[in-house]
Formats: sequence, structure tokens, C-alpha cells
Amino acid sequence: MKFKAMTAIAALAVSAPALLLADADDDTLIVNGEIEMITKAPAPEHLSGVLDEIVSGWHMRSDETQVMQADDFDNPGMIYTEQALDDWNAVNGTKGKSCASCHGDVEESMKGVRAVYPKWNDSKEKVYTMEMQINDCLTDGMGADAWKKSGAQMAAMEALISVQSRGMPMNVAIDGPAEATWEWGKELYYTRTGQLDLSCASCHEENYGNHIRSDHLSQGQTNGFPVYRLKNAKLTTVHGRFKGCVRDTRAETYSPGSDEFVALELYVASRGNGLSVEGPSVRN
Amino acid sequence: MASGVKPRVKAPKKAEAGEVVTIKTLISHKMESGQRKDKEGNIIPRSIINRFTCDFNGKNVIDVTLEPAISTNPYFEFEATIPEAGELKFTWYDDDGSVYDEAKNVAIG
Repeated sequence: MKFKAMTAIAALAVSAPALLLADADDDTLIVNGEIEMITKAPAPEHLSGVLDEIVSGWHMRSDETQVMQADDFDNPGMIYTEQALDDWNAVNGTKGKSCASCHGDVEESMKGVRAVYPKWNDSKEKVYTMEMQINDCLTDGMGADAWKKSGAQMAAMEALISVQSRGMPMNVAIDGPAEATWEWGKELYYTRTGQLDLSCASCHEENYGNHIRSDHLSQGQTNGFPVYRLKNAKLTTVHGRFKGCVRDTRAETYSPGSDEFVALELYVASRGNGLSVEGPSVRN
Repeated sequence: MASGVKPRVKAPKKAEAGEVVTIKTLISHKMESGQRKDKEGNIIPRSIINRFTCDFNGKNVIDVTLEPAISTNPYFEFEATIPEAGELKFTWYDDDGSVYDEAKNVAIG
């Protein structure tokens, strides 16, 4: 935090315009004039002594980008939810079923789902991400081919499911059977990788609010995923983002869908417990 | 016709006579620039929306020429004066000859 204090003092000394102040802004996010988002919240208990407040990455973006997320017509991520709705209703596979055959109306059945994933799956005896659950439905439930992990079709379906939980606070369980996976995820979070020798914490815990080159570092919260990234004009999944981050440390990355990324996803999601589900959010 | 093309328009249903209203349009389209190559190294042919128009009761409001550098899912926001009740007509022209239409009625009051 020493760094941030220095930045603030420097900014005051030269009385720089607000634009140069690095920390999270104080804007509020209300989507469609209806859904009030919790974009700042007290840190969950397991982060005591590490962080006081958790902040959505939305606060780290420019006003122009922030505004895009406040209206579904302006949010380019919403296009993909429409595409996913077609998939939701499309009969696929040998059993002649669609998602809707079992789950009915997505607005009813998927409400609250995004907020609690990843979560422990009793019958499979491991932590399940939404992607794993979607692929299980496709292969076992519908007799169809699994979708590519973190692929475009998968990201769109995750967006459709996320939309049903927008505004609800993230609340993933980290105790009970999920604890071992969570501990592993925590270990991965603090493990430095790559030629640049950076851990997740190096940027997203110790330096959020500061700039890394021209990029304004966030806390790396996952509540906004899948995100529509302006830089590549498509949805990015959590694992896709992890892969990008690890690659940027100049390390060989884990694969999307790997056990390592599943554990990390659970841990990172738990750091955001209390922030509203925003997906699909808009970031740069 | 390119796949996944769907026009969307957000316009007010009602306006005062002579009011200037904001109109937003978006069309999902991949806007293939013609500059990219596929895995075999062959150029992927250009396929973009090259023109967008909006008319109100037959009178032109805006006429836009689009170029290959415009990104995927082109979005336009513009203003129009609504002198009387009538219909806003939106038209997108695709490189492949397809034409996509959308219309919105605006009432006065």
C-alpha cells in the first residue's frame, strides 16, 4: 500500500486532474435504471489482514467504458446472451433434448446460479465450474458433444446464465468438501510464475489501483465474468483471462478447464464474495 | 447472407412535435475486413456492412458509409427531429447484397 500512498501524494503535489488519480472512483452502477450493483463491499472474512474492501473492476475503467455496462442496449456482451438463448432452446444430441427440456425458462431456473459457482458437486466428488456443469448436461443429459472449454459458445451460455443473477451478491462456499480445492487455489494465487516472477497477488493484491504500463490494475475480481473486452470485441471467460494473465508473466500456462484453473477460479471467486454478479460486464 | 446478423434499434415510442430524440442502433455482424488470413494463409474475403441509412416518413435522417476498419457489431447513436407522427425506417446494406430492415413507429404526444 506504500506505493499507493506515494501516488496519491504525488498527484496532490502537482494538483493533477482527477483522471490521473489511480484509485477506484466513486461512481455507482445501476443497470437499465433498475438493477443496483454492489461494486464495493467489505472484504470477506478470509481476507482479513489482507484487504479491507473489495472493489469491482468496473471502478477501474474509464467513464465511457463504465457507461456501456449501465444499459443493456449499449452493452455489447448482451448480443451473446441472445445467441445463447437460441442454443438454450435448440434440440441437440441423441436424446432429442434442449437445455429448456429439463430447465424450462432460463430466467426462472438459472436465477442465482452464477452467484454460487464454482461449487462442490456431490456425485462427482469435486469442485465444479459452470463450464463443467454445462458440458456434463450436454454429454450426459442430452447425448450431445461437449463444447470447447472457454470457447465462444460456452462463454455465451455462461453470459446468459450470469444475466439471470445480476445484482445478486457472489456467495461461493469455501468450507466443507470444497476446502481442500480452495486451499490449493489460494496456494496457486500466491505462487510466482514465469520469467517475470509474478503471482496473482503481485498485481491484484499489492498493486491494484496502480498502473502497469497503461493498464489500470484491478483487484482481479471475477464477479463480472464473462466479460466483453473492447480490445478483442468478444466475451472472455474466467479461465481465458487466467491464461492471459499467466502468459503475461511469461510462464507456460495451465489450460482452460484444468484442475489448477478450477481451484484458482474457486479461490478468486471467494475473494469477491459480497460483490454483485455483473456478467456480462464491459472492460477494456 | 452472413450468419448471425440481427439488427436492433432503440427509439422512443413517443415524442413531442419538433422534439429532438436520440436513436441507438446496433447490428450484429462480423465485419470481416478483408485484411485477415485464415490458417492456410489465404485472405478471408471482405464482408462488411457498407452503408447504413435512416429515414423518417421517407425523408433521409442519416446516411453513413462504412469502411473496413469499423469494428464488429457496428453501433450508431444519433439524433433526429420528429416533426410529426410517423415511421423511422432503418436499413443496413451488406457487401454480399443482403439488405436488413427495421422500422419503429413514433407517436406524437
